Amino acid sequence: MNTSNLLPFERELRAKRDAGRKLLVPYVTGGLSGWTDAIRAAAANGADVIEIGLPFSDPVMDGPIIQEASQRALDDGATPISILEGVRTLDVDVPLVVMCYYNTVHHAGHERFASQLVQAGIVGAIIPDLPLEESGPWCAAADAVGLATIMLAAPTAPDDRLPRVCARARGFVYSVGLLGVTGERTELAATASQLAGRLKKVTDVPVIIGVGVSNSAQAVEACKVADGIVQGASVVRRLMESGPDAVGAYVAEVRAAIDAG
Amino acid sequence: MSISDQSIMSEPSESGRFGEFGGRFVPETLVPACQELEASFREAWADPLFRAELDQVLKEYAGRPSIITECYQLGAKLGIRLVLKREDLNHTGSHKINNVLGQVLLAKRMGKKRIVAETGAGQHGVASATAAALMGMSCKVYMGAVDVERQALNVFRMKLLGAEVEAVHSGSRTLKDAVNEAMRDWVASVESTHYCLGSVMGPHPYPWMVREFHRVIGKEAREQCLERYGSDPDFVVACVGGGSNAIGIFSGFVDTKARLIGVEPAGGAAVGRGQPGVVHGMRSYLMQDEYGQVQEAHSISAGLDYPGVGPEHSYLASIGRAEYPTVTDAEVIEAFQLMAKTEGIIPALECAHALAWITREAPKMQGKTVLMNLSGRGDKDVGQMMEILG
Repeated sequence: MNTSNLLPFERELRAKRDAGRKLLVPYVTGGLSGWTDAIRAAAANGADVIEIGLPFSDPVMDGPIIQEASQRALDDGATPISILEGVRTLDVDVPLVVMCYYNTVHHAGHERFASQLVQAGIVGAIIPDLPLEESGPWCAAADAVGLATIMLAAPTAPDDRLPRVCARARGFVYSVGLLGVTGERTELAATASQLAGRLKKVTDVPVIIGVGVSNSAQAVEACKVADGIVQGASVVRRLMESGPDAVGAYVAEVRAAIDAG
Repeated sequence: MSISDQSIMSEPSESGRFGEFGGRFVPETLVPACQELEASFREAWADPLFRAELDQVLKEYAGRPSIITECYQLGAKLGIRLVLKREDLNHTGSHKINNVLGQVLLAKRMGKKRIVAETGAGQHGVASATAAALMGMSCKVYMGAVDVERQALNVFRMKLLGAEVEAVHSGSRTLKDAVNEAMRDWVASVESTHYCLGSVMGPHPYPWMVREFHRVIGKEAREQCLERYGSDPDFVVACVGGGSNAIGIFSGFVDTKARLIGVEPAGGAAVGRGQPGVVHGMRSYLMQDEYGQVQEAHSISAGLDYPGVGPEHSYLASIGRAEYPTVTDAEVIEAFQLMAKTEGIIPALECAHALAWITREAPKMQGKTVLMNLSGRGDKDVGQMMEILG
């Protein structure tokens, strides 16, 4: 297909995918102690995209680990502005996207927030409580400045909904791995591969599974169907328990595992 | 928009908006469930059989219609005619049962097996546990850890009714965090579970559906006032946390000349001090900081400790049809005792907010008829008041 209209961010991900590489997207809560070093460590150890969480007081899609990380960051005084300032100092070679709840966007104003992200070097945004039907005004503002809006698709979506979600997705489609919130699980849910498979049938946008992919073995399993995986709670827990070096080691481990297949 | 506009307090727009408020800001996982709930409610509400079933259970189980009571002593003292709508006399002791019986009947009709609910003071939790027991469904109630402590009696009551109560330790550990945790549960259990939201808040269709289930309060009160006094009241007053009891009684009088007053706690004044924001699935007035972080509400009453407000209240405020003044905890403590001593009625601390406003503003309402929604009884608050009053 003609990809010349795509955002450079999406073109890059598609090219990697088409070359046979599985995409690895570590998540780090912005403002959490050691977060900038954790991002550098992830970038140096094989991340294809890094997702930076902007902590929110009421994170309804997050389980205990990311809730705790968000609260710690907020208690330390993190704000969207302070985190974006930190992002500017990162100097990493990997595309950066943010994950934030919609009130952060709404409060700043769509246009203003979109341009703040772009100015900080962010290429995309994931807003988990902004579903397709409510996304119009934000998407217009993001499109206007060349920022990718990464849409989420959920296992509960009927078949006729998925193509509409994918049509609005830029960069990649975030395929929600299970019915539930972020956090580590002992096994990869069956819904993870099922939904990714359904999405692959209806879109050429890269399909990346997030929520409930908890270790390198689960990452390998998820990548049998999907184009890549997000690693959230497993990364954040290591950052809180052991620091940025542990994040680097973990990202390297997952990288090696999915490269080996 | 003019006040006489017929659309006020009718159906919200297709996207669930009341003016610019409302909507459906939920994780993608919950969108199909909200759509299914909307379709099911719409279908049931238009079905005479469902309406008859609900009317019957409201009558034979909840004890409707609730009476109105004129407060002769207190009215004489304040120089007004003070009339109470006695939602405190419903089974389980508050207006919450109206909504819960409606939602649990609907959930059963939808084939759900399990109910989750959030609660602040415990009134909605007790009502949910009650309806679940009545209709043979399992029930889990999320309650902020702070509220579990100050409303221990209601926690035990829910357990007696067979519900599981989980204390929520995240965030401010009050009502807003209980809503977060109930939503997280629902995200994981949506196929078998109905989220029985306790106020006129949350994503579409909840604000509309919950209002319809509480419309009975205003409908009865309007008829009762006409029958008793031959006219509509001059003021209709109710406390507002999320705002369900206020919406219920306002709905009966929105097309009259009555002034509609929703009283918020000074420490949880979403309309009075908030700005439009989005949390818990809705766009509405919200107490938040300069970056959009939701602020904690502080009030003496657990049921009003909520930094947001139902979107229809935001709309009624924005068009000037209803007013949302605040009262302080100290005024509430006074009003609580005043009603007990002069009328022999112990009100819930939530409703004491409405009375606190009435007693403060009575000099400006001399000779007027003031209808107050006594939305709950105060038994649950007696322990807390015992500590406060020593």
